Amino acid sequence: MSHNNHDEHITPYKTYFIVWAILTVLTVITVAAARQDFGSVNLFIAMAIASIKATIVALFFMHLKFEDSITWVFALYPLFLLSLLIGLTSVDVFNRIVP
Amino acid sequence: MEQLTADHGHAHHMDPVEEYKQAKFGMWLFIGTEILLFGGLFAAYAIFRAKYPEMFHHDHLELDWRLGAINTIILIFSSMTMAVGVTSSKKGNNKLLIIMLAITIICGLVFGFNKYLEYSAKFSHHIYPSTSIFFSLYFMMTGLHMIHVGAGILAMTGVMILAIKRKFSKSYNTPVEVTGLYWHLVDLVWIYLFPLLYLIG
Repeated sequence: MSHNNHDEHITPYKTYFIVWAILTVLTVITVAAARQDFGSVNLFIAMAIASIKATIVALFFMHLKFEDSITWVFALYPLFLLSLLIGLTSVDVFNRIVP
Repeated sequence: MEQLTADHGHAHHMDPVEEYKQAKFGMWLFIGTEILLFGGLFAAYAIFRAKYPEMFHHDHLELDWRLGAINTIILIFSSMTMAVGVTSSKKGNNKLLIIMLAITIICGLVFGFNKYLEYSAKFSHHIYPSTSIFFSLYFMMTGLHMIHVGAGILAMTGVMILAIKRKFSKSYNTPVEVTGLYWHLVDLVWIYLFPLLYLIG
């Protein structure tokens, strides 16, 4: 049991410094990669790195790693809705038959 | 109604553990709605970018990626100081919490100042939201994000005042943690906005 009256995880300072260092390095990599011309792969690289950064922020800064399953459900459900929003709108817009 | 509030709604009459869990869960629900609020704009971005790739490429070169990168570094740093503030509060270190909140707020203000420099540079080049679909999205997305930065600064100032009044302890720091979650969301949104607008438009 922790000394806290609610039994919860307290993230050590060190974890935050490591996470911050990783996020900063990833930002530098993102900028450096975007300066090169890889064609359409640029978009993929940038979004992949952004998603890695977002995952790290959620897991450690937002303590999602230590949350219960119901919080996970409500953290991930909007992402599912977001993929529907972007995915289905794209399918609609790019498959219209213009008379 | 009044009686109901008096019986159940008052914070001090509620089980503190339940109150803590519910406040945190409530913030996660709110974060879900925020993701979908920005989601509409991200959907618009995806579709117009696919439709007008030349326009997006041409227009995004007008943006100062260096200033965008500096703001990214500032926001990530402020996310870290906020997280350190949450842990220091849980450890009962009120002084460190106040220092961390002050640094985080200053970072937010510097971010806003840079945004002001950016917007005024755009206006002086006669670039407005009506200039093109790209700039319409640029001003809308960064503007909505900036409103969130402002709201975060206000919330953190409120938490800092409470901290100065010694309202938090090892056993009670729910507002610190919930405000922290909100501030990390502001960081999360920017993590996507920066590459999409400044780097690979």
